[in-house]
Amino acid sequence: MRTSFVFSEVITGLRRNVTMTIAMILTTAISLFLLGGGLLVVRTIDKMQANYQGKLEVSIVLTNDVSANDKDCAQQPCAGLRSELETTSGIDSVIFENRDKGYERFKQIFESQPELLKLARPEAIPATFRVKLADPERTDVIVQAFTGKPGVKSIDDQSKFLQRFFDALNGVRDFVLLMALIVGIASVLLISNTIQLSAFTRRTEVGIMRLVGATRWYTQLPFLIEAVVTGLVGALGGVALLAGLKAAFLGRVSGSLTESGIVPNIGYLDILVYAAPWMFLVAIMISAVTGYVTLRLYVRL
Amino acid sequence: MIRLEHVSKVYKTSTRPALDDVSVEMDKGEFVFLIGPSGSGKSTFLRLLLREEVPTRGRVYVSNFDVAKMSRRRVPRLRQSIGCVFQDFRLLPSKTVAENVAFALEVIGKPRNTIVKVVPEVLQLVGLDGKADRFPTELSGGEQQRVAIARAFVNRPLVLIADEPTGNLDPDTSQDIMLLLERINRTGTTVIMATHDHSIVDSMRRRVVELSFGKVVRDDARGVYGVGR
Repeated sequence: MRTSFVFSEVITGLRRNVTMTIAMILTTAISLFLLGGGLLVVRTIDKMQANYQGKLEVSIVLTNDVSANDKDCAQQPCAGLRSELETTSGIDSVIFENRDKGYERFKQIFESQPELLKLARPEAIPATFRVKLADPERTDVIVQAFTGKPGVKSIDDQSKFLQRFFDALNGVRDFVLLMALIVGIASVLLISNTIQLSAFTRRTEVGIMRLVGATRWYTQLPFLIEAVVTGLVGALGGVALLAGLKAAFLGRVSGSLTESGIVPNIGYLDILVYAAPWMFLVAIMISAVTGYVTLRLYVRL
Repeated sequence: MIRLEHVSKVYKTSTRPALDDVSVEMDKGEFVFLIGPSGSGKSTFLRLLLREEVPTRGRVYVSNFDVAKMSRRRVPRLRQSIGCVFQDFRLLPSKTVAENVAFALEVIGKPRNTIVKVVPEVLQLVGLDGKADRFPTELSGGEQQRVAIARAFVNRPLVLIADEPTGNLDPDTSQDIMLLLERINRTGTTVIMATHDHSIVDSMRRRVVELSFGKVVRDDARGVYGVGR
């Protein structure tokens, strides 16, 4: 196999259909960019899940009556609730937090907002059980078992709030991946079309090659490599777009969110490790398969 | 060398067979004219030898190849042992004379040092040694056909197939091309030439196989074009 021959054929092929080549590269880049974006959303969700794993609590808010009169949870119904919680299976820890401690924590959380602190009085803060679960998925069990019990005012399930956030992110992910798929189809059709065009413009050469006994590899490889090269350039473009988006836009918008630790930061490393390899892999696979199938079905070489 | 046994070829789009029970044998080093009117099956005959087509019935042998039965994977090997020349030359306009000839070797993976050695040799053989760097458009028709012959012969094929090689050339130039084909034939290469050109067939006095409606109607060892008509 004379590699120099194959590569000079590839380069002339790409140059000859330069407009198609550009269109092919651009759609591939955008499609892979969207794919990469989707993968980064997935990465964000994973990171968040890992961050909150084991930190999520269910707060059982006690009634005003209990909060005011039972500082140590020594009387009923508080003591009963506590022992019932402690014997429920799947519970990691139960912490009773009386009104004073609750107020302390409130002060800590809103340290930076003194005007809010001034407004709040200890009497407004209820006593709570802060319950950690071994399996954070099973918060429903607690919520169902303790809602409406005497002494319980309300139950605040943090995972419910987080779930809503995840749902939104999942929606974004699905949408972005769907877009990636649609643009991906356009890109596949363009690749297939360009190969057919390429084969047509080179039909004399290919005819001679067949006639003098060139193997199928020799006649088809230039077209296949052409497709894969555009796929790779497209992937490179897609990664560049992602990095550009991160540099110019994402960093600024999510800055406040990520600093507060609610949303984990997605860095260049994430792009490089979690998105780029898949983008390149998908680019190579799709372009090679498209090229091969096109040559097999539509181009008689 | 070349043997067809009861070969028939029916195209899907046609009711009449293009070849109808044809049995012919050609020996190594023979020069054979294949004549007959358009549609008599000459092209189909040649395409079967190249395995551009597969016969509907019968067997085709070229050298050691069982052409009708061989796997697709081995077809390039068969074609590497057959050279082809056409009426319309089929040169690549963007390549020079030498590059056109070299192309045939490049695409079958011949090493560079072989190519630079044999291309000038074959150009000299066809009488184009001074024109290696010209482009096809700068050459006359006869010269272009010489390039095509050089390309067909550069890999020293066992068989040279020429499909109306003089069809686009004037009589004098045609004579030159025939002299060249004869010279190639003398190196031991079997030459099969399909033609309509009476004067060439008559002057050469070589074997003539005449096809009509897909059947062999004549096979003369030293024939002329128009006998019996």
